[in-house]
Amino acid sequence: MESVVDLALLGLLAVTAIAVVRVRNLVAVVMLMGIYSFLSAALFVVLDAVDVAFTEVAVGAGVSTILALGTVALVGTRQQRHAKSPVIPLLIVLVTGGMLVYGTYDLPRWGQADNPIHGHVAPEYLADHVPLAGQDGEALEVHIPNIVTTVLASYRGYDTLGETTVVFAAMVGVLLLFVGTGGRRGASARGAGGGDDDPDGAS
Amino acid sequence: MEVLGLFNYWVVIFLMMVGFYALISRGNLVKKVIGLNIFQTSVIIFYVSTGKIAGGTAPILIGDDHGVAEAGAEVLYSNPLPHVLMLTAIVVGVATMAMALALVVRIRETYGTVEDDEIQEQVLADEAVEGARA
Repeated sequence: MESVVDLALLGLLAVTAIAVVRVRNLVAVVMLMGIYSFLSAALFVVLDAVDVAFTEVAVGAGVSTILALGTVALVGTRQQRHAKSPVIPLLIVLVTGGMLVYGTYDLPRWGQADNPIHGHVAPEYLADHVPLAGQDGEALEVHIPNIVTTVLASYRGYDTLGETTVVFAAMVGVLLLFVGTGGRRGASARGAGGGDDDPDGAS
Repeated sequence: MEVLGLFNYWVVIFLMMVGFYALISRGNLVKKVIGLNIFQTSVIIFYVSTGKIAGGTAPILIGDDHGVAEAGAEVLYSNPLPHVLMLTAIVVGVATMAMALALVVRIRETYGTVEDDEIQEQVLADEAVEGARA
Protein backbone atom coordinates (compact mmCIF):
# COMPACT_ATOMS: atom_id res chain seq x y z
CA MET A 1 0.00 0.00 0.00
CA GLU A 2 2.82 2.33 0.99
CA SER A 3 4.52 1.71 -2.34
CA VAL A 4 1.35 2.41 -4.32
CA VAL A 5 0.88 5.83 -2.69
CA ASP A 6 4.59 6.46 -3.18
CA LEU A 7 4.40 5.66 -6.88
CA ALA A 8 1.26 7.76 -7.41
CA LEU A 9 2.80 10.80 -5.72
CA LEU A 10 6.05 10.43 -7.66
CA GLY A 11 4.06 10.29 -10.91
CA LEU A 12 2.11 13.44 -9.99
CA LEU A 13 5.38 15.19 -9.10
CA ALA A 14 6.85 14.32 -12.50
CA VAL A 15 3.76 15.64 -14.33
CA THR A 16 3.76 18.85 -12.29
CA ALA A 17 7.46 19.41 -12.96
CA ILE A 18 6.92 19.11 -16.72
CA ALA A 19 3.99 21.55 -16.49
CA VAL A 20 6.23 24.02 -14.60
CA VAL A 21 8.76 23.97 -17.43
CA ARG A 22 6.20 24.25 -20.23
CA VAL A 23 3.77 26.89 -18.91
CA ARG A 24 4.69 30.47 -19.88
CA ASN A 25 2.51 32.47 -17.50
CA LEU A 26 4.77 32.96 -14.49
CA VAL A 27 1.90 33.33 -11.99
CA ALA A 28 0.64 29.91 -13.10
CA VAL A 29 4.19 28.58 -12.75
CA VAL A 30 4.40 29.85 -9.17
CA MET A 31 1.04 28.24 -8.34
CA LEU A 32 2.25 24.97 -9.90
CA MET A 33 5.35 25.19 -7.71
CA GLY A 34 3.03 25.44 -4.70
CA ILE A 35 1.26 22.27 -5.86
CA TYR A 36 4.67 20.65 -6.40
CA SER A 37 5.71 21.53 -2.84
CA PHE A 38 2.50 20.12 -1.35
CA LEU A 39 2.89 16.92 -3.38
CA SER A 40 6.47 16.50 -2.20
CA ALA A 41 5.34 17.13 1.39
CA ALA A 42 2.75 14.34 1.01
CA LEU A 43 5.52 12.13 -0.36
CA PHE A 44 7.67 12.92 2.70
CA VAL A 45 4.85 11.80 4.99
CA VAL A 46 4.67 8.49 3.08
CA LEU A 47 8.47 8.20 3.42
CA ASP A 48 8.15 8.69 7.24
CA ALA A 49 9.82 12.11 7.20
CA VAL A 50 7.05 14.04 8.97
CA ASP A 51 9.32 16.86 10.14
CA VAL A 52 10.61 17.39 6.61
CA ALA A 53 7.00 17.37 5.40
CA PHE A 54 5.77 20.19 7.60
CA THR A 55 8.92 22.21 6.97
CA GLU A 56 8.35 21.76 3.23
CA VAL A 57 4.73 22.90 3.56
CA ALA A 58 5.63 25.94 5.66
CA VAL A 59 8.80 26.96 3.82
CA GLY A 60 8.47 25.43 0.36
CA ALA A 61 4.77 25.96 -0.29
CA GLY A 62 4.35 29.01 1.96
CA VAL A 63 7.37 31.29 2.07
CA SER A 64 8.79 30.34 -1.36
CA THR A 65 5.44 30.93 -3.05
CA ILE A 66 5.08 34.36 -1.44
CA LEU A 67 8.65 35.31 -2.42
CA ALA A 68 8.16 34.10 -5.99
CA LEU A 69 4.78 35.86 -6.29
CA GLY A 70 6.34 39.09 -5.04
CA THR A 71 9.12 38.76 -7.60
CA VAL A 72 6.69 38.02 -10.43
CA ALA A 73 4.63 41.08 -9.42
CA LEU A 74 7.78 43.19 -9.79
CA VAL A 75 9.27 41.71 -12.97
CA GLY A 76 6.17 40.90 -15.04
CA THR A 77 4.24 37.71 -15.59
CA ARG A 78 5.04 36.81 -19.19
CA GLN A 79 7.90 34.58 -20.18
CA GLN A 80 8.97 35.35 -23.74
CA ARG A 81 9.11 32.74 -26.44
CA HIS A 82 12.68 32.65 -27.64
CA ALA A 83 14.11 31.25 -30.82
CA LYS A 84 16.84 29.11 -29.32
CA SER A 85 16.70 25.47 -30.37
CA PRO A 86 15.95 23.05 -27.51
CA VAL A 87 18.05 20.27 -29.07
CA ILE A 88 21.37 20.91 -27.31
CA PRO A 89 19.92 21.36 -23.79
CA LEU A 90 17.76 18.27 -24.34
CA LEU A 91 20.81 16.29 -25.42
CA ILE A 92 22.82 17.42 -22.37
CA VAL A 93 19.92 16.54 -20.06
CA LEU A 94 19.37 13.11 -21.64
CA VAL A 95 23.06 12.18 -21.49
CA THR A 96 23.39 13.36 -17.88
CA GLY A 97 20.18 11.59 -16.87
CA GLY A 98 21.28 8.41 -18.65
CA MET A 99 24.57 8.36 -16.79
CA LEU A 100 22.81 8.96 -13.46
CA VAL A 101 20.34 6.13 -14.15
CA TYR A 102 23.28 3.86 -14.98
CA GLY A 103 24.80 4.91 -11.65
CA THR A 104 21.67 3.90 -9.71
CA TYR A 105 22.29 0.21 -10.47
CA ASP A 106 25.03 0.31 -7.83
CA LEU A 107 22.71 1.80 -5.22
CA PRO A 108 21.18 -0.43 -2.54
CA ARG A 109 17.53 -1.19 -3.26
CA TRP A 110 14.95 1.17 -1.76
CA GLY A 111 13.42 0.51 1.65
CA GLN A 112 15.53 -2.39 2.88
CA ALA A 113 16.44 -2.41 6.56
CA ASP A 114 20.02 -3.62 5.99
CA ASN A 115 21.06 -0.81 3.66
CA PRO A 116 24.41 0.75 4.64
CA ILE A 117 22.77 4.07 5.55
CA HIS A 118 20.94 2.42 8.44
CA GLY A 119 24.19 1.38 10.12
CA HIS A 120 26.75 3.77 11.65
CA VAL A 121 25.19 6.45 13.88
CA ALA A 122 21.48 6.04 13.16
CA PRO A 123 20.94 3.16 15.65
CA GLU A 124 22.59 5.26 18.38
CA TYR A 125 20.26 8.14 17.67
CA LEU A 126 17.33 5.75 17.88
CA ALA A 127 18.46 4.40 21.28
CA ASP A 128 16.08 5.15 24.14
CA HIS A 129 18.08 7.61 26.21
CA VAL A 130 20.06 10.47 24.83
CA PRO A 131 22.44 11.84 27.48
CA LEU A 132 23.17 15.55 27.29
CA ALA A 133 26.88 15.92 26.54
CA GLY A 134 29.00 17.18 29.44
CA GLN A 135 26.25 16.81 32.02
CA ASP A 136 25.65 14.12 34.55
CA GLY A 137 22.56 12.83 36.27
CA GLU A 138 19.56 11.17 34.72
CA ALA A 139 17.45 14.27 35.11
CA LEU A 140 19.48 15.96 32.41
CA GLU A 141 18.98 13.31 29.78
CA VAL A 142 17.12 14.48 26.71
CA HIS A 143 13.70 12.90 26.86
CA ILE A 144 12.45 14.09 23.52
CA PRO A 145 10.49 11.33 21.81
CA ASN A 146 10.97 12.92 18.40
CA ILE A 147 14.41 11.75 17.30
CA VAL A 148 14.67 14.35 14.53
CA THR A 149 14.34 17.14 17.10
CA THR A 150 16.94 15.49 19.32
CA VAL A 151 19.46 15.19 16.50
CA LEU A 152 18.72 18.67 15.16
CA ALA A 153 19.02 20.50 18.46
CA SER A 154 21.50 18.35 20.36
CA TYR A 155 23.82 16.15 18.28
CA ARG A 156 23.91 18.45 15.29
CA GLY A 157 23.28 21.73 17.05
CA TYR A 158 26.19 23.35 15.25
CA ASP A 159 24.61 22.48 11.89
CA THR A 160 21.52 24.33 12.97
CA LEU A 161 23.64 27.28 14.12
CA GLY A 162 25.32 27.30 10.71
CA GLU A 163 21.92 27.16 9.03
CA THR A 164 20.77 30.17 11.04
CA THR A 165 23.95 31.97 9.98
CA VAL A 166 23.19 31.26 6.33
CA VAL A 167 19.63 32.54 6.69
CA PHE A 168 20.95 35.67 8.40
CA ALA A 169 23.55 36.20 5.67
CA ALA A 170 20.87 35.81 2.98
CA MET A 171 18.63 38.30 4.79
CA VAL A 172 21.45 40.84 5.03
CA GLY A 173 22.22 40.27 1.33
CA VAL A 174 18.61 40.83 0.27
CA LEU A 175 18.36 43.97 2.42
CA LEU A 176 21.63 45.34 1.01
CA LEU A 177 20.43 44.74 -2.55
CA PHE A 178 17.24 46.73 -1.95
CA VAL A 179 18.76 49.44 0.25
CA GLY A 180 21.16 50.16 -2.61
CA THR A 181 18.29 50.90 -4.99
CA GLY A 182 16.38 52.99 -2.46
CA GLY A 183 19.36 55.25 -1.83
CA ARG A 184 20.16 55.93 -5.48
CA ARG A 185 16.69 56.43 -6.88
CA GLY A 186 14.09 56.26 -4.19
CA ALA A 187 11.28 57.21 -6.50
CA SER A 188 11.69 54.33 -8.93
CA ALA A 189 12.29 51.75 -6.18
CA ARG A 190 8.65 52.04 -5.18
CA GLY A 191 7.35 51.62 -8.71
CA ALA A 192 9.93 49.00 -9.67
CA GLY A 193 7.38 47.10 -11.74
CA GLY A 194 6.44 50.13 -13.80
CA GLY A 195 7.98 51.20 -17.06
CA ASP A 196 9.62 54.31 -15.58
CA ASP A 197 12.99 52.64 -15.10
CA ASP A 198 13.30 51.39 -18.66
CA PRO A 199 15.17 54.50 -19.83
CA ASP A 200 17.69 53.86 -17.06
CA GLY A 201 18.29 50.36 -18.33
CA ALA A 202 18.64 51.42 -21.93
CA SER A 203 21.18 54.17 -21.28
CA MET B 1 9.04 -4.76 -4.10
CA GLU B 2 12.08 -5.77 -6.15
CA VAL B 3 10.64 -4.10 -9.26
CA LEU B 4 10.20 -0.88 -7.32
CA GLY B 5 13.71 -1.10 -5.87
CA LEU B 6 15.15 1.68 -7.99
CA PHE B 7 11.98 3.45 -9.13
CA ASN B 8 12.23 6.23 -6.51
CA TYR B 9 15.74 7.03 -7.65
CA TRP B 10 14.73 7.12 -11.31
CA VAL B 11 11.91 9.57 -10.63
CA VAL B 12 14.35 11.66 -8.60
CA ILE B 13 16.72 11.70 -11.57
CA PHE B 14 13.84 12.62 -13.88
CA LEU B 15 12.84 15.57 -11.65
CA MET B 16 16.47 16.61 -11.39
CA MET B 17 16.83 16.62 -15.18
CA VAL B 18 13.57 18.59 -15.61
CA GLY B 19 14.97 21.23 -13.26
CA PHE B 20 18.32 21.16 -15.06
CA TYR B 21 16.57 21.57 -18.43
CA ALA B 22 14.60 24.58 -17.14
CA LEU B 23 17.88 26.03 -15.89
CA ILE B 24 19.83 25.72 -19.16
CA SER B 25 17.16 26.10 -21.84
CA ARG B 26 14.83 28.82 -20.53
CA GLY B 27 15.87 32.45 -20.91
CA ASN B 28 13.63 33.89 -18.20
CA LEU B 29 15.58 34.37 -14.96
CA VAL B 30 12.55 33.64 -12.72
CA LYS B 31 12.09 30.34 -14.61
CA LYS B 32 15.75 29.54 -14.06
CA VAL B 33 15.42 30.10 -10.29
CA ILE B 34 12.33 27.84 -10.26
CA GLY B 35 14.27 25.19 -12.20
CA LEU B 36 16.96 25.35 -9.55
CA ASN B 37 14.24 24.91 -6.93
CA ILE B 38 12.97 21.73 -8.67
CA PHE B 39 16.54 20.43 -8.83
CA GLN B 40 16.97 21.05 -5.10
CA THR B 41 13.68 19.33 -4.20
CA SER B 42 14.75 16.27 -6.18
CA VAL B 43 17.91 15.98 -4.07
CA ILE B 44 15.80 16.26 -0.90
CA ILE B 45 13.48 13.51 -2.14
CA PHE B 46 16.54 11.36 -2.89
CA TYR B 47 17.92 11.71 0.64
CA VAL B 48 14.56 11.08 2.29
CA SER B 49 14.04 8.03 0.05
CA THR B 50 17.33 6.52 1.19
CA GLY B 51 16.24 6.89 4.85
CA LYS B 52 13.00 4.97 4.37
CA ILE B 53 12.64 1.42 5.62
CA ALA B 54 9.69 -0.43 4.09
CA GLY B 55 7.15 -1.14 6.84
CA GLY B 56 8.90 1.28 9.18
CA THR B 57 7.35 4.23 10.95
CA ALA B 58 8.32 7.86 11.56
CA PRO B 59 11.28 8.21 13.97
CA ILE B 60 9.19 9.34 16.92
CA LEU B 61 9.57 7.00 19.86
CA ILE B 62 6.45 5.11 20.78
CA GLY B 63 6.57 4.77 24.55
CA ASP B 64 5.15 5.43 27.98
CA ASP B 65 3.92 8.72 29.48
CA HIS B 66 7.43 10.14 29.69
CA GLY B 67 7.97 9.64 26.01
CA VAL B 68 10.64 7.03 26.59
CA ALA B 69 10.33 3.84 24.60
CA GLU B 70 9.96 0.61 26.46
CA ALA B 71 13.13 -1.38 26.43
CA GLY B 72 13.28 -3.86 23.61
CA ALA B 73 10.23 -2.50 21.86
CA GLU B 74 10.34 -4.07 18.41
CA VAL B 75 9.25 -0.99 16.48
CA LEU B 76 11.00 -0.36 13.18
CA TYR B 77 11.86 3.30 12.75
CA SER B 78 13.03 4.92 9.54
CA ASN B 79 16.44 6.59 9.60
CA PRO B 80 16.18 10.06 11.20
CA LEU B 81 19.56 11.34 10.00
CA PRO B 82 18.62 12.19 6.36
CA HIS B 83 15.52 13.97 7.67
CA VAL B 84 17.62 16.23 9.88
CA LEU B 85 20.04 17.03 7.05
CA MET B 86 17.20 17.81 4.66
CA LEU B 87 15.47 20.10 7.18
CA THR B 88 18.63 22.20 7.07
CA ALA B 89 18.73 21.95 3.27
CA ILE B 90 15.14 23.18 2.85
CA VAL B 91 15.70 26.24 5.01
CA VAL B 92 19.01 27.07 3.35
CA GLY B 93 17.33 26.49 -0.02
CA VAL B 94 14.67 29.10 0.64
CA ALA B 95 17.35 31.53 1.82
CA THR B 96 19.32 31.12 -1.42
CA MET B 97 16.07 31.37 -3.41
CA ALA B 98 15.21 34.66 -1.68
CA MET B 99 18.70 35.93 -2.54
CA ALA B 100 18.39 34.82 -6.18
CA LEU B 101 14.95 36.41 -6.58
CA ALA B 102 16.23 39.65 -5.04
CA LEU B 103 19.02 39.64 -7.63
CA VAL B 104 16.43 39.07 -10.38
CA VAL B 105 14.44 42.10 -9.17
CA ARG B 106 17.62 44.21 -9.17
CA ILE B 107 18.48 43.03 -12.70
CA ARG B 108 14.97 43.99 -13.80
CA GLU B 109 15.46 47.46 -12.34
CA THR B 110 18.78 47.97 -14.09
CA TYR B 111 18.09 46.39 -17.50
CA GLY B 112 14.29 46.56 -17.70
CA THR B 113 14.02 42.87 -18.61
CA VAL B 114 14.57 39.43 -17.09
CA GLU B 115 15.23 37.58 -20.37
CA ASP B 116 18.90 36.62 -20.50
CA ASP B 117 19.40 37.20 -24.27
CA GLU B 118 18.03 40.76 -24.01
CA ILE B 119 20.30 41.46 -21.04
CA GLN B 120 23.21 40.09 -23.04
CA GLU B 121 22.39 42.42 -25.97
CA GLN B 122 22.31 45.42 -23.67
CA VAL B 123 25.60 44.46 -22.02
CA LEU B 124 27.24 44.09 -25.45
CA ALA B 125 25.76 47.43 -26.61
CA ASP B 126 27.07 49.14 -23.46
CA GLU B 127 30.51 47.66 -24.03
CA ALA B 128 30.49 48.86 -27.65
CA VAL B 129 29.60 52.38 -26.51
CA GLU B 130 32.36 52.36 -23.92
CA GLY B 131 34.83 51.00 -26.46
CA ALA B 132 33.95 53.80 -28.91
CA ARG B 133 34.36 56.38 -26.14
CA ALA B 134 37.81 55.11 -25.12
